[in-house]
Amino acid sequence: MTTIETHADAAGDSVVASFFAGVAAWVTSTDHKKIGRMYLGFGLLGLLAGAVFGAMLGSERMSDSSVFDSDILVQLFQLERLSLVFFGLVPMTLGLAIAVTPMQLGARQIAFPRLALTGFYAWLGGLVLAIVGLANNGGIGGGDGQAVDQFLAGHGLMFLGLLASAGSVATSVLTTRAPGMTMRRVPLFAWSTLIGALGLLLALPVAFGAVIYLFIDHRLGIEANFGGAEGIGPWLGWVFSVPAVVAFAIPAVGVAAELVPVTFRARQQVRGVAFAGIALVGVASLAALTTQPAHDVTLDPDQSFGPFFEDLLPFLVFAGLPLLGLVVVMGLGGLTLKTGIAGGRPKVTAAFVLSFLGLGMIFVGVAGNFLMAITDLELLGTSFEEGAVLYVVYGATMAVMGGVAFWAPKLWGRTLSEKAVLPLAGLALLGTVLASLPLYVAGFLDQAGGIPANAAQVDAILSLDYAGSAELWNTLSMVGHIVMVVAVLAFVMLMLQTFTGRGDAADDNPFGGHTIEWSTSSPAPEHNFEYVPTVASPSPVFDLTAEGSRS
Amino acid sequence: MALPAAAPPAPRRQLLVGTALACVAGSTLVGGMLAVWVLLRERFLDGGGERFPVDYIITEVASNVMLMTLFSLCLFAQWAVYSAKRDDRAHTGLALGVVAVLAIAFVNGQAFVWYTMAVPLAENYYGALFYAVTGTMTALVVAGIVYTAVAAVRALGGRLGQVEVLSAHALYWYFAAAAYTAVWFVVYVTK
Repeated sequence: MTTIETHADAAGDSVVASFFAGVAAWVTSTDHKKIGRMYLGFGLLGLLAGAVFGAMLGSERMSDSSVFDSDILVQLFQLERLSLVFFGLVPMTLGLAIAVTPMQLGARQIAFPRLALTGFYAWLGGLVLAIVGLANNGGIGGGDGQAVDQFLAGHGLMFLGLLASAGSVATSVLTTRAPGMTMRRVPLFAWSTLIGALGLLLALPVAFGAVIYLFIDHRLGIEANFGGAEGIGPWLGWVFSVPAVVAFAIPAVGVAAELVPVTFRARQQVRGVAFAGIALVGVASLAALTTQPAHDVTLDPDQSFGPFFEDLLPFLVFAGLPLLGLVVVMGLGGLTLKTGIAGGRPKVTAAFVLSFLGLGMIFVGVAGNFLMAITDLELLGTSFEEGAVLYVVYGATMAVMGGVAFWAPKLWGRTLSEKAVLPLAGLALLGTVLASLPLYVAGFLDQAGGIPANAAQVDAILSLDYAGSAELWNTLSMVGHIVMVVAVLAFVMLMLQTFTGRGDAADDNPFGGHTIEWSTSSPAPEHNFEYVPTVASPSPVFDLTAEGSRS
Repeated sequence: MALPAAAPPAPRRQLLVGTALACVAGSTLVGGMLAVWVLLRERFLDGGGERFPVDYIITEVASNVMLMTLFSLCLFAQWAVYSAKRDDRAHTGLALGVVAVLAIAFVNGQAFVWYTMAVPLAENYYGALFYAVTGTMTALVVAGIVYTAVAAVRALGGRLGQVEVLSAHALYWYFAAAAYTAVWFVVYVTK
């Protein structure tokens, strides 16, 4: 028999060594659940940063006494957008997709795991580069040429990283499904991650091409074609605004669609139409990128029918179809709800409340995009656009938080406290509405907005008659950002608690999930399943329950 | 919950699908860049400027030969797939070798075009656009050369029966040929 002798010093060394070994194992792991959680963690951090910057800008708009210098404000506006979209929204939705989708597909691993991990580090490195560039007077309209180049190079690297990870997710859905899982049987969330990943694969290369042009023109050329540092906004600003952010938020729509049948213990009604609804949001949002952000749709009753129809058709297709897609998803949710209530008691969880309220917020943001496209309303260039972006980003954040609460048992083996998460749903809803709605109102009152490229444009945004109602709306918006910071911070603390093992240990299927990830243990083992399950319906685990066999 | 165990899933051509998605992303990259090129060209012409390029002579022979090089390269890439399916290691190796040589010849041709056209980068509006588009296309071809090397190592290093990597490799070169056809038409023909 062999015995191992230990003593205090050796034990101390082993704790430190095991800590670093643990960190090394995490940062080099090709387990999709770890890669997804790293994306999620940084994404929530980015969203917090974006909300803090939003609150700082709100305080600047509250009164005519300026806290920050105009030059700093140029960078602050960009930091807010960068943090909200590419530090927050995209990594959150992509992270949840990477962490959960392979389990939903019955796969033992994500496709190209090393590519997904490399994508994560490329995104992180590019993000740091872009932020450092902004901090050194770079970015749109930046005064330091080297820092502007750094900002552009950071964006290029960031886009490449996100493309790599998105390619990994899309390939997983297309190639790693369990036996019997046809595309019609793919879970709604997995379907939404496919649409979202394809959205990134189609949109980001165009932005990457713009970055190549801008970088070469700015660093080596004569800045004749793209307007130098100040020209970055018109060529690249679209990725930070609606409808592009709607395309990035599609997995958040999938979370809500996934949770409706689980909550109401019924099969998803008319799954094909639900698929079409989610796809419609993505396709129409992407198609809208190819057109002008506004259409010459006028409400003048004297105009002739022909030209009116010519303008109306693209408007309805590009601005209206994303809205229709969301209406379809929500309408089918209502149909499932009706069936579920007729069949038995629904099991409303905090995850469902968060995700469904989030879907509602995304809907309001997409509706804002619809209104913004009507030129008669003159909303382009106003703070209305900021409100629409905030509705979509904060709504998607709520839905992702709901997704994390729902799949926490598979990721950490523990459930988040329902009593703790439920109030956060109300708080996040309050924060989203307070941060966004006042900017809608201020937009109708012609408060200027957008991403400024120079101090003059910052002054235009801030030069308002603050004796009027603008002060009220901007104060409310600032309070909304602060409430959102509190809600997200509290959620992150809860996540950390469960991650460190202080939550309730979870059963294999604590919420009555329908899809095959709920057939494996909680937490899911490294390769997700001990054996590859076979699938004979879209809700294989639900089929095994009493409700499932009845229906 | 106990779902029945299934037989091991059949291979689903993961590399081929991944490559196809990369090709789609590459197409939107090249398509987006060419769209910007055309947009700026139209703006320039509307402003009373001359058609691109102003003072430079396009080396048409070289650019045409580069196009033919990429088309013929696709044939050899497909030949590698054909040979591997028949377990013919010698011809697979030869086909991949010719693919690599032709791709390097393309890069050489591009360098020749850059050298003979001698477009200064920091002198007028044309330089940045020209080098951005042709440089991106060259980078895509260089990525293809790396892909050829990886495919050769995997196919000839004992996995000749697995033709998926070679099919995916051939697909990439079809994409590169299509992308260059668009670049050739916009940059060298319609200018």
